[in-house]
Amino acid sequence: MSAKTAAVTTNRLEPALLLTPAILVMLACGVVPFGFVAFYAVHDTFAGNDFLFVGLQWFKQVLTSSDFHWAMLRSLGFSLLALAIQIPLGLYIALRMPRSGMLASVLVVSMAIPLLTPTLVVGYLWKVLALPNTGLLTAVFALAGLSLDMNSKIWTWIMLLLMDTWHWTSLVVLLAYAGLKAIPDDYYRAARIDAASAWSVFRYIQLPKLKLVLAIAAILRFMDSLVIYAETYVVTRGGPGVSTTFLSHELVQTATIQFDLGEGSAMAVIYFFIVLAVALLFFRQVTNAERQA
Amino acid sequence: MTRSRHIAPIAYVLFLMVPLYWLITMGFKTNGEIAGQLTLWPHDPTLQHFAVIFTDRAWWMGYVHASLYVSLNVIISVSVAIPAAYAFARHDFPGKRPLFFGFLLFRMMAPVILLVPFVQLSLDTGLFDTHIGVALAHCFFNVPVAVWILEGFISAVPREIDESAKIDGYGFMRFFIRLLIPAIAPGIAVTAFFCFMFSWVEYLLANALTAVEAKPIAGIMTRAGGVLFGDYGMLAAASVLGFIPGVLCVLLVRKHLVRGFSMGRVS
Repeated sequence: MSAKTAAVTTNRLEPALLLTPAILVMLACGVVPFGFVAFYAVHDTFAGNDFLFVGLQWFKQVLTSSDFHWAMLRSLGFSLLALAIQIPLGLYIALRMPRSGMLASVLVVSMAIPLLTPTLVVGYLWKVLALPNTGLLTAVFALAGLSLDMNSKIWTWIMLLLMDTWHWTSLVVLLAYAGLKAIPDDYYRAARIDAASAWSVFRYIQLPKLKLVLAIAAILRFMDSLVIYAETYVVTRGGPGVSTTFLSHELVQTATIQFDLGEGSAMAVIYFFIVLAVALLFFRQVTNAERQA
Repeated sequence: MTRSRHIAPIAYVLFLMVPLYWLITMGFKTNGEIAGQLTLWPHDPTLQHFAVIFTDRAWWMGYVHASLYVSLNVIISVSVAIPAAYAFARHDFPGKRPLFFGFLLFRMMAPVILLVPFVQLSLDTGLFDTHIGVALAHCFFNVPVAVWILEGFISAVPREIDESAKIDGYGFMRFFIRLLIPAIAPGIAVTAFFCFMFSWVEYLLANALTAVEAKPIAGIMTRAGGVLFGDYGMLAAASVLGFIPGVLCVLLVRKHLVRGFSMGRVS
């Protein structure tokens, strides 16, 4: 289309045209694939050719399966623990960051490195750190008089949480740091005039301004840790026993190893509804936070 | 302000760096040394593992494949996201909020949900084991990221540039290319960085959608991990090389990184 018509027929046609490429890509690479998942979730298949509508049978099967319940509980538990550690830790580190200067740049760049590490590499890294006898982490634990035993469920969980904290806390730090930098100096000046304590500066200036970025950090961390896959699988293979078999492992196992297309897809749809619920909650929070800001 | 105030972030960065130091030194250790006992630095340094990676096509092509699909993904994601982000930032239209929410929803969806249809679709369309196939699959989470960040950057550009372009008789394309894109150049760099990051670290889809012709390094490592059973020197060396592109990108966009993390909302 010519540039002229865009300018004339503004406000209806223009946004539609601007959005078309992105929407087409999202339809092809997101909506259509998800349509397939939804279709598989209510059909049974024989050799992938004939599909028989089976209603909610797969959902009943998944929702009554104790393997699924436990995998779900483990995933939720892992996510919540990860959030409980990483959000306060990330916030604290961000508050202690220098506002600018050389040190700040070095810290920011260093912090970004774990975020750029392929998930599989993170897994290998922590696997070698926790090798018995020769692993550095094992040695550090031994120095502290502890024995890092990867056959113990508790130690395995501690180790995976440590790995996830290493991998992702920077995201919280950098988001919170960016939020802090957005607070105008005037606020701090006013606080100094009022001789406000560090706590009240945090409570009444920084925290309210950080609401939005902390909500973003929390949602990103929650969603990503809920479906953690490669890192933990490399380190533990889901064990010991099934103690670190998470939702995504259960799903991949069902859909690609047992070839239970319907059951795997039903899990994916259930997972989608969890995402939808959390996303809606988050979107309301963000809308409120933006209105207040 | 004294340095001691910043102890927490410094200690945290040390905690981040120690495992990396371990990985790097391990890449230079012989397997005998790795298996033998704990050593804090390579006592008998060797380039053997790196030599294998650089001379064996099966290994080094893994980096080429990953770089190719990541680059394709960044190009697609950023170029479809710029106009969309402009529409979200500057226009009011019916269904704007639900649509924006719809985009974000896909960012929150995990690759694992779409694994099965992606494998099926890529086989049906002949995109299996191609770079573009993986690049397109990664769009479902990267296009929303790109729209989200760019929307912030465009919103921060004063509306006056749109007005003055109209007054000066700029056509839409000319305005876009001559004025808007230069005005949000740091935003585009940061967006490209984020898309790079999410595509580079993704493993599940990249591995499942490829076999030989587009197998990323992570997939090759998995295969080697089984075959080489316990060849930690190789895995460490391959991992170290897997870091390098990320580090280079961070250094390139370091000035705008913080602003990127605020989705363009901090100047």
